[in-house]
Amino acid sequence: MSDFTSSFWPYLISFITVGGIIGCLALLFSASKMEQVNESGDVTGHVYDGDIVELNNPLPKWWMYLFVFTCIFGFIYLAAYPGLGTYKGLFGWTALGQYEQEEAAISKRTAPIYARFSSMKTEDLARDAKAMNIGERIFMSNCAQCHGSDAKGSRGFPNLTDNDWLHGGSPAKIEETITGGRIGMMPPMAAAVGTPEDVKNVANYVLSLSGSIYDSGLAGLGKEKFATCAACHGPEGKGNTDIGSANLTDNIWLHGAGEAAIIKRINEGKVNQMPAWKEKFTPAQIHVLAAYVWGLSNAPDTK
Amino acid sequence: MSTNDTVQTFYDDYAARNFTLMAVVWGVVGMLVGLIIASQLAFPELNLGLPWTSFGRLRPLHTNLVVFAFAGCTLLGTSFYIVQRTGQTRLQFPLLSRIVFWGYQAFIVAIFISLPLGYTSGKEYAEFEWPIDAFLLIIWILYAIVFFSTVSARTIKHIYVANWFYGSFIIVVAILHFVNSMEVPVEWMKSYSAYAGVQDAMIQWWYGHNIVGFYLTAGFLGMMYYFVPKQSGRPIYSYRLSIVHFWGLIFTYMWAGSHHLHYTALPDWTQSVGMVLSLILLAPSWGGMINGIMTMSGAWHKLRTDPILRFMIVSLSFYGMSTFEGPMMAIKTINALSHYTDWTIGHVHSGALGWVGFIAMGGIYYLVPRLYNQTKMFSTKAIEFHFWLATIGVVLYISAMWIAGVAEGLMWRAMTDEGTLTYTFVEVVKATHPYYVIRVIGGGLYLSGMIIMLWNVFKTVANGQQVLVQIPSKLVDA
Repeated sequence: MSDFTSSFWPYLISFITVGGIIGCLALLFSASKMEQVNESGDVTGHVYDGDIVELNNPLPKWWMYLFVFTCIFGFIYLAAYPGLGTYKGLFGWTALGQYEQEEAAISKRTAPIYARFSSMKTEDLARDAKAMNIGERIFMSNCAQCHGSDAKGSRGFPNLTDNDWLHGGSPAKIEETITGGRIGMMPPMAAAVGTPEDVKNVANYVLSLSGSIYDSGLAGLGKEKFATCAACHGPEGKGNTDIGSANLTDNIWLHGAGEAAIIKRINEGKVNQMPAWKEKFTPAQIHVLAAYVWGLSNAPDTK
Repeated sequence: MSTNDTVQTFYDDYAARNFTLMAVVWGVVGMLVGLIIASQLAFPELNLGLPWTSFGRLRPLHTNLVVFAFAGCTLLGTSFYIVQRTGQTRLQFPLLSRIVFWGYQAFIVAIFISLPLGYTSGKEYAEFEWPIDAFLLIIWILYAIVFFSTVSARTIKHIYVANWFYGSFIIVVAILHFVNSMEVPVEWMKSYSAYAGVQDAMIQWWYGHNIVGFYLTAGFLGMMYYFVPKQSGRPIYSYRLSIVHFWGLIFTYMWAGSHHLHYTALPDWTQSVGMVLSLILLAPSWGGMINGIMTMSGAWHKLRTDPILRFMIVSLSFYGMSTFEGPMMAIKTINALSHYTDWTIGHVHSGALGWVGFIAMGGIYYLVPRLYNQTKMFSTKAIEFHFWLATIGVVLYISAMWIAGVAEGLMWRAMTDEGTLTYTFVEVVKATHPYYVIRVIGGGLYLSGMIIMLWNVFKTVANGQQVLVQIPSKLVDA
């Protein structure tokens, strides 16, 4: 793919770049040959503001060499690397090429390490100190931004240490989550539930499921309307990991606890997203990372 | 050339005087905001949880205030003074010069209000929104009219080198500002850039680096070329050196912007060209330093007793240092380490505090007594004290940022044998914390020096009075 809309531009760029550097050198040499302005040697004869006068000392030699050296370096660099329009440079270097080369070198170097891990079961990996060391480094540099350095999450970002899984906590499910990401979606349900009173009642019924503080009178009234919610959260409100609906009975509230927060969710719904990581990590790395995450809530004794 | 010499026998110093005073005031304000954001980086609680006091809004306020308010008032004030003296002619369009002064102050106040309120176009060093952009352009054109009319009305045959630099500063800043601020207004105080994607980034850094090159370098070289020979009482070292380094600087600076975008989506060829011309920029930059330092030679003994001259020599030393550092950081392999780290912040401040700040302070200390009919500043001891506070402040600031920056660069790239990053981001933040605290101390010292200067300037002004300075009998050179 070309950076240019026509073949004119590469020529113009090459001309201005090379011509400009030659111009710098020409300027330097013409000034170094400048004639002394008057007989006394070096005073130009200009006088400004009464007492500012100018000498015309020759250009310092070392400084001229420095100037010439940088220009020569410039020409060599522009011959070796892409700079003059579409000219590729003698080395054929590209930033993308360098990136791919470095990445390939690292992959090659680390391949034997990951080869061993790929064949191991998650449960065994989670007991492998070296694997868990790698898993932790990956987690801390990539996952901790949302899930926290202690993996305990915060509002909107699930706690990974509590055995409560929206999309399933088996090793395979965790790998699936990391690989493809997840989009959690609860639609706004206010219209389906009914009046604002109905919403409040349902919210109290939901609170009652987890033994939270609730109004038993309102909860009783809301029980019937909960049927709408049960379509996703199940008749007992225990959620469904196949569709990522939350368990409402475990007193874990990703988007806020209490009546007001629940009413807000019923009214507004919620879309929450975890990005996919398959472009960033190899399957082997995801396998190790999944074992680390699995281990956070399954407490294997690491040796 | 001017012929009406009967009426216009006095210099018009209204704008020079007021800009110079406001430079000191805005210097204190801008550096105070800098101290606040440096403290916020070390102690995030100081963001106070309020949008108006958060780092994200105060950082652009700091950069715009120190560049456009402190450095800007210094440059406009000294240029109005110098263009008259070195041309031995009265300022043309005196009324316009007053409009430029008050308009420019209004522009600064508009920045001061709009940035903390969250109005931003998101372009670094040009965050102010489109009505302010348009207003600044008008003021700048008026400034150019006054300056260049005065240059052409000179009674001295040659144009002094200081005016070449001021002239290039005025023209180039007008072009930079106009091109970079091309935007589509969607409503009052909201616009979108006319450029998209990588083109927008390239225009932004073409602008950004040339603001450094022409606002903070060319303009201040103009100051240097007047105040250094004046204060040292020595002739300019080499006329031909000033020609070479002037044109070399003008040509090469224009290309250097793309070194801010190494290893990005910017095409490889653009990065290479930017790197090569950034390197070639070293010699023209050093030409200015050599000319300044060699002009002082023969006056070295004065450094013992004259703190103003000391400001100037330190300034030139920092100029030489940061213009060596800059081309080195533009080399791609070095940039791979330094980019996005605090090393860049250290580099900028070695130029801004060391070069720009020191030459501005030296120049203002020279100028204020002369603008108020005094022989010297109210307190020379205070200048001395300011000098040491500022010097220690800069050294602490930049060495802290060098260490922090190199540590960041090395820790970010460190990789384990298993191919994962050795350090998490937060571990790097933790490692740099002590240096952030040292920066706060350095910045605090530098600001205290500036506050002493403000006191000294107001004492001098209070003891003096504004006088009309007569244009000396017209010396026409041969």
